Amino acid sequence: MMLELSGIWRRYVVGDSEVNALRDVSLGVERGEHLAVMGPSGSGKSTLLHILGCLDRPTAGRYLFDGREVGSLPDDERSRLRQHEIGFVFQFFHLLSRLTAQGNVELPMLFAGVPRDERRQRAAKALEAVGLTDRVHHRPDQLSGGQRQRVAIARAVVMEPSLLLADEPTGNLDRASAVEVMELLEAMNRDGQTLIVVTHDPDVAGRARRMVRMSDGVFVEESG
Amino acid sequence: MSPFELVRFAFGALRGHRLRTLLSVAGVAVGIAAVVALTALGEGARRYVVQEFTSLGSNLLIIMPGKVETTGAMPFGGVAHDLTIEDAQAIAQRVPGVVRTAPLAAGTETVQAGDRGRSVPILGTTAEYSLVRQVTVAAGRFLPGGQAHQSGAELVLGSKAARELFGGVNPLGRVVRVGPYRFRVVGVLAPKGRSLGFDFDDLAFVPVRTAMRIFDRNSLFRVLVEVRSTDALPEAKKNVLQLLRERHRADDVTIITQGAVLSAFSSILAVLTAALVAIASVSLTVAGIGIMNVMLISVTERRAEIGLLKALGARDRQVLGAFLTEAVVLSSLGGLLGLGAGMVAVRLFVDIYPTFPASPPTWAVVLSIAVSVLVGGLFGVWPARRATRLDPVTALTGR
Repeated sequence: MMLELSGIWRRYVVGDSEVNALRDVSLGVERGEHLAVMGPSGSGKSTLLHILGCLDRPTAGRYLFDGREVGSLPDDERSRLRQHEIGFVFQFFHLLSRLTAQGNVELPMLFAGVPRDERRQRAAKALEAVGLTDRVHHRPDQLSGGQRQRVAIARAVVMEPSLLLADEPTGNLDRASAVEVMELLEAMNRDGQTLIVVTHDPDVAGRARRMVRMSDGVFVEESG
Repeated sequence: MSPFELVRFAFGALRGHRLRTLLSVAGVAVGIAAVVALTALGEGARRYVVQEFTSLGSNLLIIMPGKVETTGAMPFGGVAHDLTIEDAQAIAQRVPGVVRTAPLAAGTETVQAGDRGRSVPILGTTAEYSLVRQVTVAAGRFLPGGQAHQSGAELVLGSKAARELFGGVNPLGRVVRVGPYRFRVVGVLAPKGRSLGFDFDDLAFVPVRTAMRIFDRNSLFRVLVEVRSTDALPEAKKNVLQLLRERHRADDVTIITQGAVLSAFSSILAVLTAALVAIASVSLTVAGIGIMNVMLISVTERRAEIGLLKALGARDRQVLGAFLTEAVVLSSLGGLLGLGAGMVAVRLFVDIYPTFPASPPTWAVVLSIAVSVLVGGLFGVWPARRATRLDPVTALTGR
């Protein structure tokens, strides 16, 4: 088992009251799986993704990543894990507008200390893999939504992570672009990367081999 | 991430906000330019004074009649005695270590040459004066030496006075009138410029006794005493005082030396420079707060970017480094710009007032660069730490 959540709670304090975004959630994900997490907004699916991506810490419970407890690791260790093992794709792309497509894809390598020449080569290769060789020197505002998300995918996979997390990756895209983006993510998945997609779009979720549905911080249905 | 990569990243981020970057750079630049310009002026003032005094010669004693330093009434109801030509001669003859003395009487009178007249300072002295003060004669000669000539009718003109009175005509041998007295022009000085408030180009020298008669004085204005060397000054000063005490039967003269005056001026001007720096540093503090403000805005505006960098695996230390580098790059750019602007300002000032040796001291240049870097570091820490502490989920989702 690559990812193993058991008895995960995530509790927020909002004003005087407590909100439980996740309530005793347990989940196992095998290496190479394609999992979709569905649910309405506020169901806890994004929180689940943040915990899986080591951006957030569970209030209680155990999170094993490749058999190692990572929920309670120190910040720097978790940063290293995100750097090398986890790639993120966001609904709003989160590209830096001042950088070209190339610069954005280089970003994770920059902070990982990859030398400049190697960064260039790897970024070019990653952009080629998402079909944007002719857009390498364009800035985000010169790209369409679908192209931006493809740049973001290139950035997510350039460090060759084992886990790809996508939070509503098609939420801001038209049908055609959405299909393109999903096909790209699935191609990465076929190459061996574990893919978890959070979405409320049944079409997107339906493409996954396995789907869980969340509501009010718990899993209500599992299929596939 | 190498320092070079950090700086490149910072430049990229700063380019994204050109106007904001420019304004905060300008803030630091103004502060640094002020430090450079003001220290240059302070240092210029100090150098000017030092120059003026050293042009007098560093082995001079200057005797003035009257006791400047007395507090209260003089004991035994003493009356200040006249400082006389004989005193000057006695000092030259009897005080060991004294090379020569030059008596000085002074006043202002109109020199009349034909129908042209010019009111100039008239200095009565002897031939020794030209040696004590290193006066160079351009044409003719200086006042003749010897006792007999101390009441003669020779006159030496400064270069400007000669030009104004005679135009293109050679003044040597001409007769001029000073009050009721007639003089023959025997020499014209080479241009020398101002020294200690005296314009050496616009005055006239006459024999000392004649001058005292013109101005109806019994006492000399000053006696200049040239001593063998600077080291011999204190001993010579003591002996001169002793001699004059015997001759006057009272302590009624004041002797100043270059060194005392010079160090007094020098320390006053050093304090002045320090005060100027303190004033300028206020504007640097303001500039620092400006940088802090800009960086805080930047951190708030770029929450999503910070969240993203964290999601991509940037460690807290790297985020801190990135934002701190940005602040330091901002302030260093300002420092360089300010240094350049300050230098240009000083240069313009010197072009307008060429006699004023304004130039920023090296310590001020080094200090201003160091301070500008420091300002960025100091005022950038807090915003950078705020960036570091941002929770990535909150930063990414904009909650």
